[in-house]
Amino acid sequence: MPESYVELYFPVFLQVLIAMAVAGGMIGGSYLLGRKVKNRIKDTPYECGITPTGSARGRFSVKFYLVAMLFILFDIEAVFLYPWAVVYRELKLFAFVEMFIFIVLILCGFFYIWKKGALDWSQQERPPEER
Amino acid sequence: MSQYYTATDHFVLVPAIMLALFGCAILLFDFWVFPEPKQRKWLLAFLALGEAFAGYGLWQQHTYIAGQGIAELTAFQGSLVVDGFSLFFNWMFIAAASIVALMSYRYLEVEGEHHGEYYSLILLAQCGMYFLASGADLITLFVGLELMALCFYIMVGFLRSDKRSNEAAMKYLLLGGFSSGFLAYGFSLLYGLSGSTKLSEIGVAIARRDPADPVLLLAMVTTTVGLLFKISAVPFHMWAPDAYEGAPTTVTAYLSVGSKAASIAFLLRIFLGPLASARAAWEPLLVFAAIASLTVGNLAAISQHNIKRLLAYSSISHAGYMLLGLVAGNETGIKGVAVYVLVYTFTNLGVFLVIVALRREGLVGDNIDDLAGLMHKSPGYALLMLICLLSLAGIPPTAGFIGKYYIFLSLIQAGRYVLAAAAALYVAVAIYYYFRIVRSMFMSDAEDAGAMETTFGVRVAAALTGLGTLGIGIFPEPFLRFAGQSLIR
Amino acid sequence: MLHPITPAHYLILSAALLLIGTLGVLSRRNIIIILMSIELILNAVNINLITFSRLFDQVNGQVFAIFVITVAVAEAAVGLGILLAMFRNKETVQADEIDLLKW
Repeated sequence: MPESYVELYFPVFLQVLIAMAVAGGMIGGSYLLGRKVKNRIKDTPYECGITPTGSARGRFSVKFYLVAMLFILFDIEAVFLYPWAVVYRELKLFAFVEMFIFIVLILCGFFYIWKKGALDWSQQERPPEER
Repeated sequence: MSQYYTATDHFVLVPAIMLALFGCAILLFDFWVFPEPKQRKWLLAFLALGEAFAGYGLWQQHTYIAGQGIAELTAFQGSLVVDGFSLFFNWMFIAAASIVALMSYRYLEVEGEHHGEYYSLILLAQCGMYFLASGADLITLFVGLELMALCFYIMVGFLRSDKRSNEAAMKYLLLGGFSSGFLAYGFSLLYGLSGSTKLSEIGVAIARRDPADPVLLLAMVTTTVGLLFKISAVPFHMWAPDAYEGAPTTVTAYLSVGSKAASIAFLLRIFLGPLASARAAWEPLLVFAAIASLTVGNLAAISQHNIKRLLAYSSISHAGYMLLGLVAGNETGIKGVAVYVLVYTFTNLGVFLVIVALRREGLVGDNIDDLAGLMHKSPGYALLMLICLLSLAGIPPTAGFIGKYYIFLSLIQAGRYVLAAAAALYVAVAIYYYFRIVRSMFMSDAEDAGAMETTFGVRVAAALTGLGTLGIGIFPEPFLRFAGQSLIR
Repeated sequence: MLHPITPAHYLILSAALLLIGTLGVLSRRNIIIILMSIELILNAVNINLITFSRLFDQVNGQVFAIFVITVAVAEAAVGLGILLAMFRNKETVQADEIDLLKW
């Protein structure tokens, strides 16, 4: 048994040291051994080999926010499924009916945003009074 | 029905089920069955149907409780409770939501933001209020509070193209979310102190603790801060004037009566339930908040030109009176708070109704000068406004007098003469700024001769609020008896 | 000697989070960061609840924490929605540039 926190966390400390040594070694090694070429192509941001387009400071479409908001709302409903799954065997039919009602309520919300066009990605920006 | 969902559970839950069901139905029917703008009156009819079903469920609970002669009916292992207290407040919520819905139709048409979601939000907010009035468990109360608050955030920002409405919603959301966080922190400590989320078990555990326990004090202070935010008592009132001014007027009306009444119910449940034994610790805080609310509310109201902002400050001062009833703490005081909230509901709805009725194309109607010469234009509404303002100031024979009378009586019975004198002093200040509105209505000449355009719904709502304000003032006995039954034992 | 991590440690952590969140709400100007600070406060609540739940060996606290998480998300979503509406009209996310109503 480890006797103190220093001893307990020594492996973690060791791992941090090794990770730093490896990372530093790779960067330092390529700096020392590699050929240095400087041109415009080398200075562009690396985007998986594809030529970058547009400015990185461009604004995102407001649709991203909308979809992110809706995603997190529907995503978080799954949190209720975990405790439900744990007690399902115990509660049997009751749990099934309860979750059925819950899912129906969520589907209500889903139909609502669907029909309101919030999921319609291709649609052009509408004038403010229609949104 | 199973052992996890008994007939009693269902019986207690019916009004909330109805409110949620019709709320969701209106949301779907808005684009599904009644997509045309002209068909929106059917959505209003659906709201009325939802209220009727909820009211029927409530009526059955009422007769069952009275018939069996029992004090309370608990359900879901004690998470929900139906007693005189919850029934009293729920009847009030039904009245408030119905009156608000009646006055909303034309107002939203004029504002150009008439959507079915509005009626759905009214019902869902009321569903949250139901859980606030009848919840007896920290989780139920917290979820109910947030359900109500989230609906109100959206409703306050309902005029999407109006910058002031956006701003009001944003401020309300930021401060509301902040206060909910504090409240939840207090709740988590209460759970930690007692090992239970049931209010009754928390009460037992807290009574056994040393009242000077620092964790208990921290729990109490954070809970109190959260609750005072919700009822907009000073020093946590900053959101109220902005939210009241920026919100659509009908929403302001709903916010000022529905949200306030539900928060007061919530506050009474917490302070008279689990925290009752720590009274010595929270009483000074509430005395301070009450006196500060009376001072800031009344003095700031004097200099306001926007009538919605003036009413926001007046509502802050009314929160102070309600807190005084709780401070007195005797039976008269709690009964006084219940009556006060009831009276305030009808009276404030009446005042806002007149402002809503004034709104038409080209006239916002929320400035005191907009009321000028109302007596000559439409005497009926001027009279309603006069009655309601008298009631807000607490002058007999209106209902407001009954509410204030019981608060003062309870303070005197409890030997709090200084508090009673201070509260009485502020009535004089209140009369001054309420009469500024009256003077504008009766003494000045109208700036424009345009007549008021009202609808059947607005007229019905006007009759209801007027009758409520005068009726409770002239025949207070049945209401007092009802409020007397609603005490938390 | 190993000192075990006691509930008190968790409570101090949650109190610190509450304090950081409160300071964030009171001092930051960007509305998104204020919303994040509110989330911090609610996470302080969750740490408390889970600690007590483990201490008492019961599930009430965990259930409460799940509801708090849901509520926090709903609040953030509504907040972002209102922020979007405000940004369309006003083009700002700074709290002190919201000044049409006296703050």
